[in-house]
Amino acid sequence: MKGNDAIGEGAILAGCRHFFGYPITPQSEVTHYLAKRLPEVGGLFMQAESELASINLVFGAACAGARVMTASSGPGISLMQEGLSFLAGSELPCVLVNIMRGGPGLGNIGPSQADYFQATKGGGHGDYHTIVLAPNSVQEILDMMKKAFDMSDMYRMPVMVMADGIMGQMMEPVVINEEKSVEIPPRPWATIGRDYHENRNEINSLFVVLEEMEEVNLRLLHKYEEIHAKETLCEEYMLDDAEVALVAFGTVSRICRAVVDKAREQGIRAGLIRPITLWPFPHDVISRIAKSAQCFLAVEMNMGQMFEDVEIGAKGRAPVYHYGRLGGMVPLAKDILEELKKVSKRRGTGR
Amino acid sequence: MKKITARPYSLRDIPFHYCPGCMHGIAHRLVAEVIDELGIHGRTIGISSVGCSVFAKHYFNVDMIQAAHGRAPSIATGVKRVLPDRVLFTYQGDGDLAAIGIGDFIHTAYRGEKITTIFINNTVYGMTGGQMAPTTLIGQVTKTTPFGRSVEINGNPIRVCELIASVEGVAYVERVSLHNPKEIIKAKKAIRKAFEMQLNGIGFSLVEALSACPTNLGLSPLEAVKWMEEKMIPFYPLGVYKSPAGGGLSA
Repeated sequence: MKGNDAIGEGAILAGCRHFFGYPITPQSEVTHYLAKRLPEVGGLFMQAESELASINLVFGAACAGARVMTASSGPGISLMQEGLSFLAGSELPCVLVNIMRGGPGLGNIGPSQADYFQATKGGGHGDYHTIVLAPNSVQEILDMMKKAFDMSDMYRMPVMVMADGIMGQMMEPVVINEEKSVEIPPRPWATIGRDYHENRNEINSLFVVLEEMEEVNLRLLHKYEEIHAKETLCEEYMLDDAEVALVAFGTVSRICRAVVDKAREQGIRAGLIRPITLWPFPHDVISRIAKSAQCFLAVEMNMGQMFEDVEIGAKGRAPVYHYGRLGGMVPLAKDILEELKKVSKRRGTGR
Repeated sequence: MKKITARPYSLRDIPFHYCPGCMHGIAHRLVAEVIDELGIHGRTIGISSVGCSVFAKHYFNVDMIQAAHGRAPSIATGVKRVLPDRVLFTYQGDGDLAAIGIGDFIHTAYRGEKITTIFINNTVYGMTGGQMAPTTLIGQVTKTTPFGRSVEINGNPIRVCELIASVEGVAYVERVSLHNPKEIIKAKKAIRKAFEMQLNGIGFSLVEALSACPTNLGLSPLEAVKWMEEKMIPFYPLGVYKSPAGGGLSA
């Protein structure tokens, strides 16, 4: 199955029956897949006139209590940022998928991880976070869609599944675990008409009284702290005796795993930390490894974005280096290995 | 003593924050009365917009959603597509609908979404303090057109009813005014008709209600009414622009 198709099928398996979106490469196959597949399961696929409309159609469907999603790539995700902020402020659940491409601007359609900052550090206005999941295989995409919907429901907030163009376009064999029935939690807050629930519901992100706004902000903060404590996910590979800890997510994490094996063959004790949740970021794992490893090497398809989170986690206990390819280019295993050899001999932090 | 009038059930018992002479209060009441009379209170969901009418979310005694600026028609569509048996209305001002949100509005109309839009046109941005709206008249002085709106600099005012009267999928379009009791009675009939179009599944319906903003026109409420009669209505003719039976302007 192709990664983009797995996004669609994973959403259907998760009980999602509403999709609103706009085509953009390298995400378009998600729309193709769901345009065919959703009507087969009694769902609705609707192509909007823009990503601006898409995210607000998602907003409306979420208000009505639906499991709903959209998918796009960088330029489209940028247009959705206002909506994301409103979804976060109104505490509405939904799932977004970003199949990242090269940027800034129109950039290109090559694979990239350049939207890390936008996804994990806000993107829209105001004080909020989005849960960001980073799969590294088609099977994981398929399984992660359910997790994304469940988390968005549990915490009443948008969840983003973020992958690069390779993940979207790649084909891999998958096992589909079809659950008999998906349980969608009740939504007593939804605006579905007063005949259908007890209280009058208002979905809103406007709080003109400053104290009220601060109360909302504090409630969000506590929610985010709980998510950090409970939901941070990370894969660790060969770290027990590692001198150099590679840190990578998505496609790059797979290349890095091969690099770790290769390095070990050559007598270099390398390991790999793969953050699965980019927000919340596994800072604690980085902190723990910083006690035993000599240094970190963050490998990304950007100028050094996750790199900053690795530095936060390392707390200056171990130097953090960065190796990145830009513009839609993918780092090669041999180049990462060269870099790994270099940093294992270096001291001090840097890119 | 016999009680001959009361607050509609679909309006909450909360004082309006609107300025003296503002006609939002009238429009709110008309919409609430129609919801009551049609017996759709329990299945109606309203979307308030950004501008002075942002607080509509608070006043209507139905489930309400507060939209981002200009996005009410898309949000209403999202709800309606999930719950087709509910009644959806958006309540939008001229900046929200005809400037920042005209894309959402036009596409919602073209899709023939079965929702009802109440569009309040007072030719000026109220909430932000009296700046030019897309419906500001040529020559009209606002905070951002201190020498009067000019076609060369600002382009022409948008006539929304005329713009979508030819659109397939649109069931009903009428422009009404809220400046005197006679027109208010007509306005209520138009709003009722617009909701009925939705209930009968015919298509998108729009009622544009001309309204005054004395605060930002720098006029007394009475002077503002006179201004509407002399300046506004000649440029924005009242009447039915589209109805299922066909027929254009029937003012």
